[in-house]
Amino acid sequence: MTDQEQPVGDQQLARARELVQVLEAGDDVTARALIQDLARPYDRELFDELGKLTRDLHEALQSFRGDSRLVELTQAEIPDARERLNYVVTMTEKAAHETLTAIETSLPIAESFSQQAGELTAKWTRFRNRQLSVDEFREFARDLDEFFAQASHDTDELRRLLSEVLMAQSYQDITGQVIRRVIQLVTDLEENLVSLIRLSSGRMEAIEAAEKTLDDNDDRREGDRRGHGPTVPKTQDSGQDVVEGQDEVDDLLSSLGF
Amino acid sequence: MKILIVDDFSTMRRIIKNLLRDLGFNNTHEADDGSTALPMLQNGDFDFLITDWNMPNMPGIDLLRAVRADEKLKTMPVLMVTAEAKRDQIVEAAEAGVNGYVVKPFTAETLKEKIDKIFERIESQG
Repeated sequence: MTDQEQPVGDQQLARARELVQVLEAGDDVTARALIQDLARPYDRELFDELGKLTRDLHEALQSFRGDSRLVELTQAEIPDARERLNYVVTMTEKAAHETLTAIETSLPIAESFSQQAGELTAKWTRFRNRQLSVDEFREFARDLDEFFAQASHDTDELRRLLSEVLMAQSYQDITGQVIRRVIQLVTDLEENLVSLIRLSSGRMEAIEAAEKTLDDNDDRREGDRRGHGPTVPKTQDSGQDVVEGQDEVDDLLSSLGF
Repeated sequence: MKILIVDDFSTMRRIIKNLLRDLGFNNTHEADDGSTALPMLQNGDFDFLITDWNMPNMPGIDLLRAVRADEKLKTMPVLMVTAEAKRDQIVEAAEAGVNGYVVKPFTAETLKEKIDKIFERIESQG
């Protein structure tokens, strides 16, 4: 029977018996070798365990590095988020100015309209009381003609200005979509940071990001299907193949036979 | 003319509703995403659909496809009014059977022009 074929327990027992004999015989060199042999199986167990732990840690770090969005988030999306929020500030400022300009243009029109109506009412009252001379009446008739022409022009202008105010409010939709995208980014960032904390606390839980199976193509198609929101300048959006405005949309559609 | 306006932002729905009123369309209804719009379309006698793309639950492109796949709704004119500006997406919408595509932010004139064009084409087709 060779060493390999003997059960480990029997081998150890045989070594222990031999150790007693060599110690009694005073053979220190053989005794030392036997003690090392006796301890070896326990050493191996410890090394195996250590090796397994090292491998686990390495794999966990690798999967985190490979699949986590943290790198992408910090390198690309956070600077993008800054630009997106700047875009929101610019858009809201623009909308507020458009609205204020329309109001500042409307108010004098309304005031002048009201003033002219007041003057005409006074003359009208005098006319009804038969207090107007023929010359004054002629002048009054001329004023009325002018007023009617002006009123038609002014109400058209007011309608145009109110329509500008109406359209300016579309900033809420546009910026709302951009802000929602930044909120999503903050949520992603939080989830990734929680994963990182779990990992460094040694619990080595499965990282959700590692379970992501969609490849880039599927990701992009799914993103397109759900929609991205407005294109924001100076972000990753501008690297995409996007149209610059309605004219380009019309050109593209007409190239498709629309 | 009974029109359904679908957008998750109530402000945009109001803007479109006001523009349509200016154009003489007073019978407008609203939904805030595709999944609420679809049953309304199936149960109501709508003539025209104006929809956003980027909405929670059911995005506009899915609503468009559902409309085109529905025997009763498949010929309904659909105008997409959206901030989605990728060429791939515009092509996708065209392939799915959209009748017009307006990119946000848009002007009142653009909306009017696209609506007029859609109805002109329908009338010329008989």
